[in-house]
Amino acid sequence: MNKRLDSERTLIPTQPEAPLFSSVDDVSARLAETGYLASPAVATTVFLAARLGKPLLVEGPAGVGKTELAKAVAQVAKARLIRLQCYEGVDESRALYEWNHAKQLLRISAGRDESWDETRTDIFSEEFLLPRPLLTAIRGDEPTVLLIDETDKADVEMEGLLLEVLSDFQVTVPELGTITATRRPFVVLTSNAGRELSEALRRRCLFLHIGFPEEELERRIVRLKVPGLGAALAESVVRVVGALRAMDLRKVPSVAETIDWAHTLLALGADTLDEAVVRDTLGVILKHQDDVQKAAAKLDLDAL
Amino acid sequence: MSGVEERITGLVGALRAHGVRIGTGESVDAALAVEALGFADRDLLREGLAATLLHGPGQRAVFDPVFDLYFPRGVGGPGTEGAGRDELRDRLAEALAADDRSLMARLAAEAVDGLGGYGSSPGSDGWSAYQTLDRLRPQTLLARVRDDVGGRDGGAGFADRLLDDEIRRRIEVFRQLVATEARRRVAERRDRDEIARRAVRPTADRVDFLYAGRDQLAELRRTVQPLARKLATRLAARRRRAARGTIDLRRTLRSSLSTGGVPMRPVLRRRRPARPELVLLCDVSGSVSGFSDFTMLLVQALHDQFSKIRVFAFVNRLDEVTGLLEHGRADPDGLGARIRAEARLTGWHGSSDYGVALGEFTERYGATVGPRTTVFVLGDARTNMSDPNLAAVRELARSARRVYWLNPEPRAQWGTGDSAAPEYAELVEMHECRTARQLGALIGGLLPV
Ligand SMILES: Nc1ncnc2c1ncn2[C@@H]1O[C@H](COP(=O)(O)OP(=O)(O)OP(=O)(O)O)[C@@H](O)[C@H]1O
Ligand SMILES: [Mg+2]
Repeated sequence: MNKRLDSERTLIPTQPEAPLFSSVDDVSARLAETGYLASPAVATTVFLAARLGKPLLVEGPAGVGKTELAKAVAQVAKARLIRLQCYEGVDESRALYEWNHAKQLLRISAGRDESWDETRTDIFSEEFLLPRPLLTAIRGDEPTVLLIDETDKADVEMEGLLLEVLSDFQVTVPELGTITATRRPFVVLTSNAGRELSEALRRRCLFLHIGFPEEELERRIVRLKVPGLGAALAESVVRVVGALRAMDLRKVPSVAETIDWAHTLLALGADTLDEAVVRDTLGVILKHQDDVQKAAAKLDLDAL
Repeated sequence: MSGVEERITGLVGALRAHGVRIGTGESVDAALAVEALGFADRDLLREGLAATLLHGPGQRAVFDPVFDLYFPRGVGGPGTEGAGRDELRDRLAEALAADDRSLMARLAAEAVDGLGGYGSSPGSDGWSAYQTLDRLRPQTLLARVRDDVGGRDGGAGFADRLLDDEIRRRIEVFRQLVATEARRRVAERRDRDEIARRAVRPTADRVDFLYAGRDQLAELRRTVQPLARKLATRLAARRRRAARGTIDLRRTLRSSLSTGGVPMRPVLRRRRPARPELVLLCDVSGSVSGFSDFTMLLVQALHDQFSKIRVFAFVNRLDEVTGLLEHGRADPDGLGARIRAEARLTGWHGSSDYGVALGEFTERYGATVGPRTTVFVLGDARTNMSDPNLAAVRELARSARRVYWLNPEPRAQWGTGDSAAPEYAELVEMHECRTARQLGALIGGLLPV
């Protein structure tokens, strides 16, 4: 009897936790401590997502720090990061839970003299359940950041499941019953807009578009990630990348490429940009040969 | 601030009028966001409202100017002595050289106040961004700013070859600031809701193809890929639905042999996965060309949805341009010019002749159209008074699986003047297709799967 009461008490939500962030500035400052430099838009939206308890949908081109943002939030919140990496064909058994068939079979053959009813009750219990990221995130009592990464790569069917989970933060396992989150995870969904996400899913979320950063912010990111790089060179690097983004290229460079380029320049020991250095390293920033050629022409570099 | 709810309601109403879908849930979130953020920092307020009210990146272009009207930077003029034109130009040159955004915003306010006012009687007076910029001429500051910056840092660095373009972008930012400021001042005297609906540019996907300017067309071209992805998703869903089909009893039983005759898994009858074929006939003359170019790019972007696509362009003669379209993927902006330079589109004169062009198609390329082919004709059906050649269209409708005609003119204008739209519409299904938004909906619904 006592035992029963005890276990019930643990289901009662504990005191409302202290808010994760006290202000937008607090968000920026603490993310910066982890090495993530947030624009005002990013900091504001993260602040609101925590306040309103809504999932955050982050869209934007590749390499602008979408995934990194979720990791940084987890670090700041001292939360466990649970990641569901989406891909074509990801399904319930990968995202939510699966029964451990092999173990169930072993159990069935071990318990030959039991009645089927006994066996069945047993093999559909916790012990044989393989929780996947969505279920894990809902069941945990510790603070959790659930990162649903590259949502656009999953098939449309997956969205129905996400919608269900993100609406009530509960999951029904027919054999076990309904499992409700005792503590809502902070949810971040990212998308590259490879596929248009449904209106219904968008409506569940706060929307954040991360584009390429303002020059000043990108300079700070570069200097943070590539500490050895001089201020003047960092400035030139960011200006050239900005010019490349204004060109009509197949794939314009992102923050990730800016950082790669800065690392390369540092390794080469360059302390200013000149034609030769830019020409030799353009391949680090641009991935397609025709982009390299187009950019070289527009930047007045001599023929490659 | 007084009437916060009122402002949010007004903002939401204006956004809805621009086609942004906002439910009550979002409005409630917006109010909560305002409460949590306060009014101390307008930029945070802007981001907070955008995060709660918007659902996609394309909506931001209408959100920002509308926000500026309902949550304005301030009230009234800049409160300084009216500065003269020359003085403003001097200070603007400095601000541009330093890339100082907040100074540029101040100067935009002073410039509109000092140079942008017109009229004197209430009701006919106002503030004009056009007049302000026309008097101030910020674009003529380029050389001066370049010299300023160059003089400061020596101008020898590699990145200085980028300077001109950077300054041009800053001047463009300043022009936007002037437009924002003029709208704010006007809205103070007139009906704010009215200004928010009329004076804020609609998103590019809601601009009439026929009236879109150069930069709007360029903006539209940038939406081709996202729109194509969206349509591909929709087509895939339709295809899946169509393929789900019925249970194949024979194959179900055969496969049940492995489970001792118990039909555990029903086998569904699969439709043959043959993808449909598409033929496009595009009028690329004059004002219709913006529409045709966009549609061709869109269809090209969807090419892997079809087993075959062939594209023909015409003015009064017709030529196949499938190859030009395929090779030109890297340079969408140049597509129109390439087609007009390399394809044979005109004979003795330069104006459209649907009758001759359609006749030429059935004669030379009739064999490309078969029972698996869906044909789209793009154009305004204005024949310049020549014979519409209905027989050719009848022939087309007979041999193709479906023929659709997309007409960029408003339905009310069909049949006026030299338009043969009603005659053609009797033979094939004709749809009004004035904007990219309409085109997306039509393509998503009409394309065969
Ligand atoms: N604001 C920022 N502060 C610190 N680092 C950043 C920031 N933005 C981007 N980066 C860096 O850029 C790189 C790419 O970031 P990330 O992998 O998170 O991009 P992404 O948006 O998730 O891209 P993808 O769509 O390809 O997954 C990382 O090394 C990250 O550290
Ligand atoms: Mg990522």
